[in-house]
Amino acid sequence: MDSDLQGNIARRLSEGVPRACILLEPEQLAPFECDGLSVYRQTPLLVVLPESEAQVVWVVQVCREAGVPLVTRGAGTGLSGGALPIENAVLLVMTKFSRILHIDTDNRVARVQPGVRNLAITEAAKEHGLYYAPDPSSQIACSIGGNVAENAGGVHCLKYGLTVHNIRQLRYVTIDGDVLTAGSLAYDNPGYDLLALLTGSEGMLAVILEVVVALLPIPQSSRALLASFSTVEAASEAVAAVISEGITPAGLEMMDNPAIRAAEDFIHANYPVDAAAILICELDGIEDDVEQDLQRVSTIFRRAGASELRIAQDDEERALFWAGRKAAFPAVGRISPDYYCMDGTIPRKHLAQVLSKIAALSEGYGLRVANVFHAGDGNLHPLILFDANQPGELKKAEDLGTEILASCVAMGGTVTGEHGVGMEKLGAMCVQFNAPELSQFHALKAAFDPDSLLNPGKAVPTLHRCAEFGAMHVHEGALPHPDLPRF
Amino acid sequence: MVSSLNEITQSGALIADQVRDAYEAGSCLSIVGAGSKAFYAPPRPDVNRVSLRSHSGVVSYEPSELVVTVRAGTPIKSVESMLGSRGQQFPFEPPVFTGSDTIGGMIACGLSGSRRPYAASVRDAMLGVQIVNGKGEILNFGGQVIKNVAGYDVSRLMAGSLGTLGVVLQASIKVVPKPAMEVTLVRELPSGADVYSALSDIRLFTPNVTGLACYEQRLYVRIAGSEPVISQCAARIGGDIDEDAERFWRALKDQRLPFFQGVASLWRVSLPPATGALALGDEQVLDWGGALRWIQSDRPAHSVMDTAAAAGGHAVLFRTPDTALERFPALSPPVLQLHQRIKHAFDPQGVFSSDYHGAEA
Repeated sequence: MDSDLQGNIARRLSEGVPRACILLEPEQLAPFECDGLSVYRQTPLLVVLPESEAQVVWVVQVCREAGVPLVTRGAGTGLSGGALPIENAVLLVMTKFSRILHIDTDNRVARVQPGVRNLAITEAAKEHGLYYAPDPSSQIACSIGGNVAENAGGVHCLKYGLTVHNIRQLRYVTIDGDVLTAGSLAYDNPGYDLLALLTGSEGMLAVILEVVVALLPIPQSSRALLASFSTVEAASEAVAAVISEGITPAGLEMMDNPAIRAAEDFIHANYPVDAAAILICELDGIEDDVEQDLQRVSTIFRRAGASELRIAQDDEERALFWAGRKAAFPAVGRISPDYYCMDGTIPRKHLAQVLSKIAALSEGYGLRVANVFHAGDGNLHPLILFDANQPGELKKAEDLGTEILASCVAMGGTVTGEHGVGMEKLGAMCVQFNAPELSQFHALKAAFDPDSLLNPGKAVPTLHRCAEFGAMHVHEGALPHPDLPRF
Repeated sequence: MVSSLNEITQSGALIADQVRDAYEAGSCLSIVGAGSKAFYAPPRPDVNRVSLRSHSGVVSYEPSELVVTVRAGTPIKSVESMLGSRGQQFPFEPPVFTGSDTIGGMIACGLSGSRRPYAASVRDAMLGVQIVNGKGEILNFGGQVIKNVAGYDVSRLMAGSLGTLGVVLQASIKVVPKPAMEVTLVRELPSGADVYSALSDIRLFTPNVTGLACYEQRLYVRIAGSEPVISQCAARIGGDIDEDAERFWRALKDQRLPFFQGVASLWRVSLPPATGALALGDEQVLDWGGALRWIQSDRPAHSVMDTAAAAGGHAVLFRTPDTALERFPALSPPVLQLHQRIKHAFDPQGVFSSDYHGAEA
């Protein structure tokens, strides 16, 4: 770390931010050296925890004037290293912005600060009969600002959409220090859709200051079923059949045998430990609609070969069905020293094919893989089990992960469904996008941040990096637009 | 992006060539489809046109995937009838003004119909695009899957950008199952009744609404669900089932109700849903439960725009015989500057010439 730079920036910051909000000592910086993807660690130049909007604007101004990069972070639960500090860069931590400013029941929105936890919005809205739909598994801890940065999803996306579909307005500060608003409480807005563009931009275009989220009425009825299948293929076909029948479940999740066993050992949710796969399907809405769909889904599951079908008899049993699923990641954490969580999405019809490909890769690499995923929208979370203390195993896990993602792309899917690219999937991005596409992304970033000071180096790989990675997309032996200069 | 769906067709390559030629020559192009919304986003008369009409056809449609990939020149109607034959539809009920309206125009204008507040907008449903940027490069963003956060969301940025950032060659768009049963109740409002409180009563307390409009003192409430649910809702709302309601909803979104005929100046005012009566005057049609108001008004443009903005929304002069009028609300200087830079990032030479929000590079 450049300690002169640290001293200079800290001095300048303290002109607009209380000194107590600036952390400089190694033991103060250590807790911030990683986000939810702890295999990557980096000590920041310093950490600043501002307490007001004016202080955030000041931090941005100081960084711009000094030409020092700025990484914005919320709760730090992200799984792709998007909030990983950068060497000699300021880490701007927004956790003190934890107030729900206003719940507007007439317009069914809540105006919240970016450090508010996802679940806290739903808890605050409950007394009005409302809730916030996107529910990433980390919802007890993750903050809404981070949800916007990553366009976070969750179990209920299948029916209710991603973060981008559930926010109405953002207040943000640009690297130029302008405090601007994108979107409104109306259903559409003049100009380019900056609300959509900022959502999922991984802190690379602006710093989010305030979010207006849409609230939905709490469904009158929610029912869940749990079905066991003797093959992963049969479970995959059952998923496709539900969607084809015109049913839109609130959630439709799959776990394979290793994930079932890990979850059962941990949570004791009474999962069928001999099943090759289980599906958990939740239906919500008005009671009569839900009961009708519950019967239809049961029939579809039986027809697809479900060996056992349980319908939760009450909310307690429904919560138990979900408890194992929601705790699947930590459950897998108990059976392996480390695990690496992937996030590819594929068209549903290729589920069975991609899962058998993953099984073959797992065998080839000699690393176990447990699969837990949002089956209804084809969003896979293969968990690669490894031991970081064994030399070379992390690299092996990363290579296996990259191969899994490459097969997702080959099936017409994507390298990340909801966790973001961050630091982690830069290599995989070279597989999914060609040089002109990546250049377009860089041009778009430069439109907001010409000196590349906001979270630089994340989300979009440089062409140079892709050339080194050796995965620049070549289609049928020819680069697109061979006349264009490269690198 | 690696996918057979992204293969470049001959007609797509010709369009890219035309753009590259313009880029190299420093000339401008206006992108045109069927011209059904030329009144809304008029092509510049003094520049060459790039036509999407011959770049048409469905690239892929698999009902179980809930997505359709279609070329920009394809008529909306033909895609809708294909979706309908498999019990599906676009979630945003796009307007069709002349019958030949294309998918490309639908995306460029980003206009959504009556279902929008209860389902999705055009922008919400965009999953992937293949575009030609202002340098004549063919680029693919997004994909065919619903969850996808790889790279910036260029697909959604294209919706409503009025062709100022690039030519959309094809798009992958989310589709949804058609409700198994849907009915519309019509209720007369007594004269002097507060239409906004009637609307908000339904908006806030009736589940399963898929359309809520007010026209000529009549409330139109469309509900989807199973039979018992529809009966419960109907009992709550009152009014009579209108067997011919589909015709009304089509005429509303396609602007074929008598209200829209022969209108000199038609305003489209988009507002927060709970907005009450506004002094925008004259005759109006309410859609989106009151959040979308079509207004005939001869008031000065700035007064309509200011009133809408003060209520937290915006007003666009949707149809006007006077082409010299400013039709879109002005953006604040820093936001305008961002627009110009974004425009420049996609179209550095300003090939896709337009006055849209002054985003001209």
